[in-house]
Amino acid sequence: MMESSRRNFLKIAGLSVLGIGSGAVVGSRARGASKAFSPNPEALTAKRWAMVVDLRAGCPDGCKECIEVCHRIHNVPKIDNPKEEVKWIWTDFYEHAFPGMESRYTEEFVEEALQGSPVILLCNHCDNPPCVRVCPTKATFRRKDGIVMMDYHRCIGCRFCMAGCPFGARSLNWTDPRRYLKPEEVTPDYPTRTRGVVEKCNFCAERLAVGKIPACVEICRKVAEKAGTEPVLHFGDVEDADSEVREMIRAHHTIRRKSHLGTMPQVYYIL
Amino acid sequence: MIEKALVGSRRYWGWVALLLVLMGIGFLFYLRQLSYGLGITGMSRDVSWGLYIAQFTFLVGVAASAVMLVLPYYLHNYKVFGRITILGEFLAVASVLMCLTFIIVDLGRPDRAFNVLLYPSPNSILFWDMIVLNGYLFLNILVGWTVLGAERKGVKPPKWVKPFIYISIPWAISIHTVTAFIYAGLPGRSFWLTAIMAPRFLSSAFASGPALLILACFILRKFTRFDPGREAIQTLAKIVTYAMAISIFFVLMELFTAFYSKVPEHVYHFKYLFVGLDGHTTLVPWWWAFMVLSVLSLILLFNPKTRNNDAILGVACAAVFISLWIEKGLGLVVTGFIPNPLDRVFEYSPTWPEVLITLGVWSMGFLVMTILYKVAVSVKEEGAGEAAH
Repeated sequence: MMESSRRNFLKIAGLSVLGIGSGAVVGSRARGASKAFSPNPEALTAKRWAMVVDLRAGCPDGCKECIEVCHRIHNVPKIDNPKEEVKWIWTDFYEHAFPGMESRYTEEFVEEALQGSPVILLCNHCDNPPCVRVCPTKATFRRKDGIVMMDYHRCIGCRFCMAGCPFGARSLNWTDPRRYLKPEEVTPDYPTRTRGVVEKCNFCAERLAVGKIPACVEICRKVAEKAGTEPVLHFGDVEDADSEVREMIRAHHTIRRKSHLGTMPQVYYIL
Repeated sequence: MIEKALVGSRRYWGWVALLLVLMGIGFLFYLRQLSYGLGITGMSRDVSWGLYIAQFTFLVGVAASAVMLVLPYYLHNYKVFGRITILGEFLAVASVLMCLTFIIVDLGRPDRAFNVLLYPSPNSILFWDMIVLNGYLFLNILVGWTVLGAERKGVKPPKWVKPFIYISIPWAISIHTVTAFIYAGLPGRSFWLTAIMAPRFLSSAFASGPALLILACFILRKFTRFDPGREAIQTLAKIVTYAMAISIFFVLMELFTAFYSKVPEHVYHFKYLFVGLDGHTTLVPWWWAFMVLSVLSLILLFNPKTRNNDAILGVACAAVFISLWIEKGLGLVVTGFIPNPLDRVFEYSPTWPEVLITLGVWSMGFLVMTILYKVAVSVKEEGAGEAAH
């Protein structure tokens, strides 16, 4: 609904600007403009996007490259101060990824299963997202395909969503993030943000729209291929019974972070 | 009537000037915050609400000063409160104004604040809080000003104002309940996820608001010819006593549930307050100060001998106010974020700019309170003068 109203606004704005010119020009331009907004036929679509993280595989480079690529293509600033850090995807140890599930006696198993590498963490794109529920402006919203998105132009920076998220997946831009981006490194394909707005992982919605899988999943495959191992990250339509992620969830016992809270996270972990 | 605030003694103008200076300092630092961002504060991605939201939360409570007077006076015809009801209402006006200012000051993009109106989201508690707070502000200005205006003319308040007075009573309950719901409905924050959050807010509000009102009455009695009346103050003191007792009782209930059930995510937060967590102890002295002051205040308030002594009552009210400021302000908001959802401890302490901005907002509130009280007291002094003739 929001997207369509924005489209209408752009249409009206475009028409009124072009209205200054001749009628013929208006007609042809307006037709051209509406065509530009039709979805890309290459776009990847799903009923319900989800991710499976196969921790047994173990990432050869400790997930460094995937984090690096994600943050680069989304213009996420690199801020050394942990208080102001912006994180879309990051790692933490088992006992912090799944608090309360650790025990003295399971330590060895975790150690062996994870081969000492920490767990990759990102927004869970919950089916029942508390961040969306608490947002007073609908700046964060859930798409039909399950992706929980941010509208950086609407967010008022109240940080209710950060209090609402049980996974620490959201970051505020405490200062101007552009100060931390070198102009030559800025990706023009994705917007940079202003200070005072919240951001987080968007399951690479902008890539799905042009037929590409999320960048972390793509790079994970490449890294694994190079090292001759299995990839950690898998992505697909969990509603599709034949999809790879559904197949993995069927074949293995999976756990989700804090599933008891009822937010229905859509990132599944195999240990 | 506002012209009454434009004449006053040197002491009055000195106080106003002091508040204006503090407001000015706060405003200058706020301009810096606007250009630099909220990074100027001590808040972080882990403790994402701090002093500002804590003040807002506490001051919603202080605004309850009005209902504790309006209810006995208008609903039970308790005439003793007749002289000071206006003071309760005007204190509520100043408190709610501070609340709203603290929310604006806390926004990352205050220029977009009106998005809350442009895209109304009834699923968000913040949306409802905006409605109840603005509504309560409106009700108290309307009722207070109209009733005072009638008093000045020596006539009865107009009939149309009655429904607004009656609405303001449940409305007062709503501001505490809705503000509590901001916290009590979040799945991942076990410190706040408690059904007695709203009752806790109500009980502490009914203690902190009237406590400040008693202190204000003492100040007015000392510096003006206005006398709130001994019985009014003593009744207020009893309200503070029982509200404070219930408030502390509720905190003890939380402690039992956490420490007897031993569910880690409930225990950790209280452990952080009492002894610190993983060697992080910033809030520990504050929490102990809260406990000492609250016990002290209860002893002084329950004992009729000490409660009947105005000087000691003043001390007890200050203890109530400060201890609840620590509990509702610092303790409740900040501790909810410690430890963070990933079971890591990141502490919070405010920065100087943050403290000065906070002080500026408080000064704004006290200025509004001073001006409104000046008007109210002048009208009452005038009335008393005429009655004497």
